[in-house]
Amino acid sequence: MVATVPNDTEVFEGNAVPVPGLRRHVLDLDDFTADEITATLDNAAAMRAVLERDVKKVPALRGRVIVTLFYEASTRTRISFEEAGKILSADVINMTASASSVEKGESLLNTGLTLQAMGVDVIVVRHPHAGAPHFLARNLKNVAVINAGDGAHAHPTQGLLDLYTARDHLGGLAGRKVVIVGDVLHSRVARSAVWGFVKAGAQVVLSGPPTLMPDPFTQGGWGTAGNIPARQTNPLANVSVEPDLDAAIEGADLVMALRLQSERQQRGFFPSLREYIRRWQVNDARIGRAKPDALLMHPGPMNEGIEVSSNLAHGERSLIEEQVTNGVAIRMALLYQLVGATAAES
Amino acid sequence: MMATPTYEPPILITGGRVIDPANVRDGTLDVLIADGEIKAVDRSISADSLDGNVRVVAAHGMVVSPGFIDIHAHLREPGYEYKETIATGAEAAVRGGFTTICAMPNTDPAIDNAAVVDYISNRAANVPARVRVVGCVTKGRKGRELADMEELISAGVVAFSDDGDPVHDAGLMRLALTYSRDLGVPISNHCEDHELCPGGVMAEGWVSSRLGLAGIPAVAEEAMVARDISLAELTGGRLHVAHLSSAGSVGMVRQAKERGIPVTAEVCPHHLMLTDAWALGGKGDPNVAAGPFAYDTYTKVYPPLRTDADVAACVAGLADGTIDCVATDHAPHERVSKECTYHEAAFGISVLETALGTLMSTVHGGHVSMPTMIERLTTGPARVLGNGLWRYASLSPGTPADIVLFDPDAAWTVDASKFASMGRNTPLDGVELRGRVAATIVGGRVVFEEPDLLNKGDAA
Repeated sequence: MVATVPNDTEVFEGNAVPVPGLRRHVLDLDDFTADEITATLDNAAAMRAVLERDVKKVPALRGRVIVTLFYEASTRTRISFEEAGKILSADVINMTASASSVEKGESLLNTGLTLQAMGVDVIVVRHPHAGAPHFLARNLKNVAVINAGDGAHAHPTQGLLDLYTARDHLGGLAGRKVVIVGDVLHSRVARSAVWGFVKAGAQVVLSGPPTLMPDPFTQGGWGTAGNIPARQTNPLANVSVEPDLDAAIEGADLVMALRLQSERQQRGFFPSLREYIRRWQVNDARIGRAKPDALLMHPGPMNEGIEVSSNLAHGERSLIEEQVTNGVAIRMALLYQLVGATAAES
Repeated sequence: MMATPTYEPPILITGGRVIDPANVRDGTLDVLIADGEIKAVDRSISADSLDGNVRVVAAHGMVVSPGFIDIHAHLREPGYEYKETIATGAEAAVRGGFTTICAMPNTDPAIDNAAVVDYISNRAANVPARVRVVGCVTKGRKGRELADMEELISAGVVAFSDDGDPVHDAGLMRLALTYSRDLGVPISNHCEDHELCPGGVMAEGWVSSRLGLAGIPAVAEEAMVARDISLAELTGGRLHVAHLSSAGSVGMVRQAKERGIPVTAEVCPHHLMLTDAWALGGKGDPNVAAGPFAYDTYTKVYPPLRTDADVAACVAGLADGTIDCVATDHAPHERVSKECTYHEAAFGISVLETALGTLMSTVHGGHVSMPTMIERLTTGPARVLGNGLWRYASLSPGTPADIVLFDPDAAWTVDASKFASMGRNTPLDGVELRGRVAATIVGGRVVFEEPDLLNKGDAA
């Protein structure tokens, strides 16, 4: 037997970690247990090994059909899912809303039912409206749904790849200080990252313009405003807000800058890009206040020179490109966990 | 629905707990109905001396009260007959114990002239409930110029409202309150400052932050309530705050009343029981993960479901009279309007058939007494409209026999698929409620009865 035979399922199935619980969908990280997150990251490590082979192909998902259903523009997420599916030998079909019956007025529900009737196993959906993946999951009985970004709600595969990348460099995440900077209010990346890091035992500090923080954060954390579970049962009690980035970044292990959409400035959420850069750009001087080996992440696409200084973005602390590579591994792991294990049995 | 009655046999309701706020009556009494009117309410009325055809209804364990009056219901006709018709809405009303309902004017065409009022009155001639009409404040409900208010009143409207939208222009609201001051009819405003809730779909707070949904802060309602109270004080016009929902609004209305400003207010059953946590899909449990059942579009309503503190303030306001009445804001929708993402979904809940069960939760919880709740469903709304509806709100001899019998303790599970309303859009589907209508009588005629419950009254 030749060790480098690429399509030997055993090579990684032998390494695959059994995942606690039977998950049908990936909607957000708020319903992942810490154990399930750990198992998923461990599986992603096995998948990274596949990515580093000469011939990147294993038959784990042969005969499975995955549709990427994107109602919003995307480069990295869509291609990442497509690549993940193809490496695992699934048939991947890309569907873009603008070139489909959606343009003729077909509803999300009827589009989903049509895909289900065609025998699709997995729908990877991105939609501008929060909850669109939940809506599909509720109505499609025979399809696994993966959320690839829904409005300002969640981007769970991004959250997992962030966790994977952070864990890879920091070792454990328990007790680590993670600072998330920017437009938290509109950020699905931030929401999923918050759930992920908190479940992994990290402490999360949010920083950015007060107008771009969701109110419950600014009113003293996820613990005082409105219908909030009691502090002792509140899973997000370890999240705090510090608008002053210089103070927030003190002693941080990891800084994550969020993408800033230019329309936010046009709508008056902050006075000018110049002032944003002054107060919230992550640059060399600011990251100097963090731990000496503190790391930088950004989900992309980046406005270089706005959220992050060019120097830092391309410097040694930056994990930005590694995040992209890890994204493929995470998506392979999730696809395998959702439909690969059952494929092996049937 | 049914042909106009020619002869209706007398009805004798015996042994029920008669609650008649108009006459400050609460006790075990019999009620005799004949010729469409209340004939007598007394300690024990014998059937022997009556017409041999008399129907005796044993009401032990039941509450017997004037039929409920709903001053805020969307009957969707004309224009949206695929959501509801006057006939189906009226049938839903009597199943819920409502004998008079007021049709809101956000129809197509809008109810901004006498011809549309006449059309609705004609369509309502043979439906089981009495239907009254609310007219628009502004022409076409566009918020630019006043509708012909006196013409509308002559045609029979009982209030003015651009509901669905606020009268957004403060200057126009001032004119409306001033112009209508001497007409004896209130202006009911849907208080929502659009600039404070751009794109908002649910209450702003912890749940909206978790779900990534654009929020509607309580201040979007409160800013306009404050404005309107000031305008009512300035003009002396009759302001009615439609579907008040936040603790801040309750406080402002309470203070306004203490200062003698002519303001009244209503609250919806759902704002007395449900919170924003219902959007998470766990029937109100705030601790659940946002799984496939999250983003329940049936929880999308304006004003939005808010926090426990807002619910408590609304209940307290209803109990102490700050809030004059319950109004359903019954807003039926067809399936497609709710079978979509939360962002796309229409605002509104189908309420008429679950109202009593929802309201009884506050009575059973000890927060509002039974007589007070009945007051807020009968004389309360009649007082808000301040014209002509008073005689439907009492059990005084000689008044029309509009009566509801209900079992306040009967537990039942909501099954929206069995609604008479065409709108099955309720977050309460599958939820167990206590309190159910046994029979509804309009003008001396039994228009709805639940035989199982009535027989239970017999057996007691």
